[in-house]
Amino acid sequence: MKKEVQIDVKDLTVGYGDYVLLHDANYQVNKGDIFIIMGGSGCGKSSMLRILTGLLPPLKGQVIISGVDIASAPAKEVQKIREKSGILYQSGALFSSMTLAENIMLPLQQYSDYSPATMRELAALKLALVGLKGFDDFYPSEISGGMKKRAGLARALALDPQIVYFDEPSAGLDPISSRNLDDLIIELNRSLGTTIVVVTHELASIFAIGNNSIFLDAATKTIMARGDPKELLKNPPNQAVYEFLTRGEKK
Amino acid sequence: MHNKPNNSPIKIIKNGASVQVTWDGDVLNCDSDTIIKQIAAQMSNTVKQLGFAAPAHGQWDSSLLSVLFGAVQEAQRHNIAVDLTALPQNLQDLVHLALAVDRKPQHKENMQFGFLGTIGAGTVKIWTAVNNVLGFIGEVFISLLRFFSFRSVMRGIDFLAALDDCGPKALGIVALISFLVGLILAFVGAVQLQTFGAQIYVASLVTIGMCRIMGAIMVGIIMAGRTGSAYAATIGTMQVNEELDALETMGLPKVDFLVLPRLLALVLAMPILTMLADFMGMIGGAFVGVFLLDLPYQEYWKYAINAFNLKNFMVGIFHGFCFGFIISMCGCYCGLTCGRNADSVGVATTRSVVNAVVWMIVITGIITVICQEIGV
Repeated sequence: MKKEVQIDVKDLTVGYGDYVLLHDANYQVNKGDIFIIMGGSGCGKSSMLRILTGLLPPLKGQVIISGVDIASAPAKEVQKIREKSGILYQSGALFSSMTLAENIMLPLQQYSDYSPATMRELAALKLALVGLKGFDDFYPSEISGGMKKRAGLARALALDPQIVYFDEPSAGLDPISSRNLDDLIIELNRSLGTTIVVVTHELASIFAIGNNSIFLDAATKTIMARGDPKELLKNPPNQAVYEFLTRGEKK
Repeated sequence: MHNKPNNSPIKIIKNGASVQVTWDGDVLNCDSDTIIKQIAAQMSNTVKQLGFAAPAHGQWDSSLLSVLFGAVQEAQRHNIAVDLTALPQNLQDLVHLALAVDRKPQHKENMQFGFLGTIGAGTVKIWTAVNNVLGFIGEVFISLLRFFSFRSVMRGIDFLAALDDCGPKALGIVALISFLVGLILAFVGAVQLQTFGAQIYVASLVTIGMCRIMGAIMVGIIMAGRTGSAYAATIGTMQVNEELDALETMGLPKVDFLVLPRLLALVLAMPILTMLADFMGMIGGAFVGVFLLDLPYQEYWKYAINAFNLKNFMVGIFHGFCFGFIISMCGCYCGLTCGRNADSVGVATTRSVVNAVVWMIVITGIITVICQEIGV
């Protein structure tokens, strides 16, 4: 059965001004995929994420999300797409002046008509879903780095998004917290059917969660490989991909 | 031909088509730049090979490695074959490691402009900055309209927190500095007025000076350094922590959420702080008048109250209102346009204070001219 395409990237050129990081990128993310954007440092992974989330305009090309080209659509249309997306930033990006519950309630206040009491209930539920039951009234400064990421994920899930983007979810986490976060991503994908897009270069996470991927190469500024990361490891298309997926082993 | 750089154990021997670099004993802290230049000077068109020979057990440091690295690069530039085999294995390995480039540096944008180019680039930079500032001012006014039509997403608690920070928490420093300014003003005035036996007019001088402009200016400078810079640092740090990106992707207007509470709080607090500064300045003046100039207490206040003029007072309060607007706008703008690293937060903080002070002086000049014209 053919899967529904949720994100369709066509002839995308990523960069800043005259400085091109990646050119003519074409790929699709299917609904329900856990899609990995991987590559070495400086290959344009995070810039690609900023384009997918509408924070950075592409130099060229189209990014069609749920049928809307966010590169050329009016701001209101782009905002509607954003409402259906959640983002977990590298640092969690929680607002330090608010409690965890208030952080999660913020998008609900903006986009829903729930009563304050219901919003609080929903915030408590989202926190419980990410393993932070009872931490509603904690401030970001009172919890650990791993918990901040979980709380950031709870906020990303506040509006029941169709797509959740993760920017380096394992960065700065110990192996166990990182593994727990990976398990959480898989569980959310399985139980909610959410499409997940993860930008990372953590091999353990890539193999644990990814079922589709693209490999960005800084030298050629292109997508050098695509497909299931485990398959790419079995049949690497070239030396660069093999070295990346084996932590620099020579073939 | 033998060539031995001054105070260096390294010898450079040119023998027909070959250049040999050798040394005996230890090579520590050598002048690598000079030695590389001397090796490069031997690389004529007839040279086909560069070789190195070294003792296996001599001590060496990074300066020797730098010589080898530089010399090999020079040889490669001249298409001269390099023979490292006579070097100790660890030195060979390190040279190979330094030469094993896995990535070429990206082409850097050439920022060298000619005269016209410099003018053009400067004009574009100014135009972009003016555009951004005007855009920001426009956004703030739209946000204010949303606020007055009850459609703003500003959180009341943020406004109260900002008001607490720039109001009650600033009272102490404003009171102290204003008291001292009044004191200084009275001292400076008294020296001159005493020569005419008119020291009682110190009361008038301090009252008019503080109420008309000095109170507002002092509060403005204190608040630019204390609160404006804090706004820039807080919002700048939010930029570094990706919190601004989070706000944008959640579709929350940054101006409503971050700028409006700070702007309203400071615009509200500044006139009140200015009143306090005026009063404390007058007390500072009275302190000098009564305790140092031996003026009778009642007499001093009689002259002070006589000199007090509601128009002057209101001009001062208006200054405070305008300064509150300027300081919050500069602080928030610099924070929102901050870069994404720690250094940028420092730059944004400095810029916010400098811009606020400059604009306060400009606005003071404009208000003074307008007051002159309308006879206030």
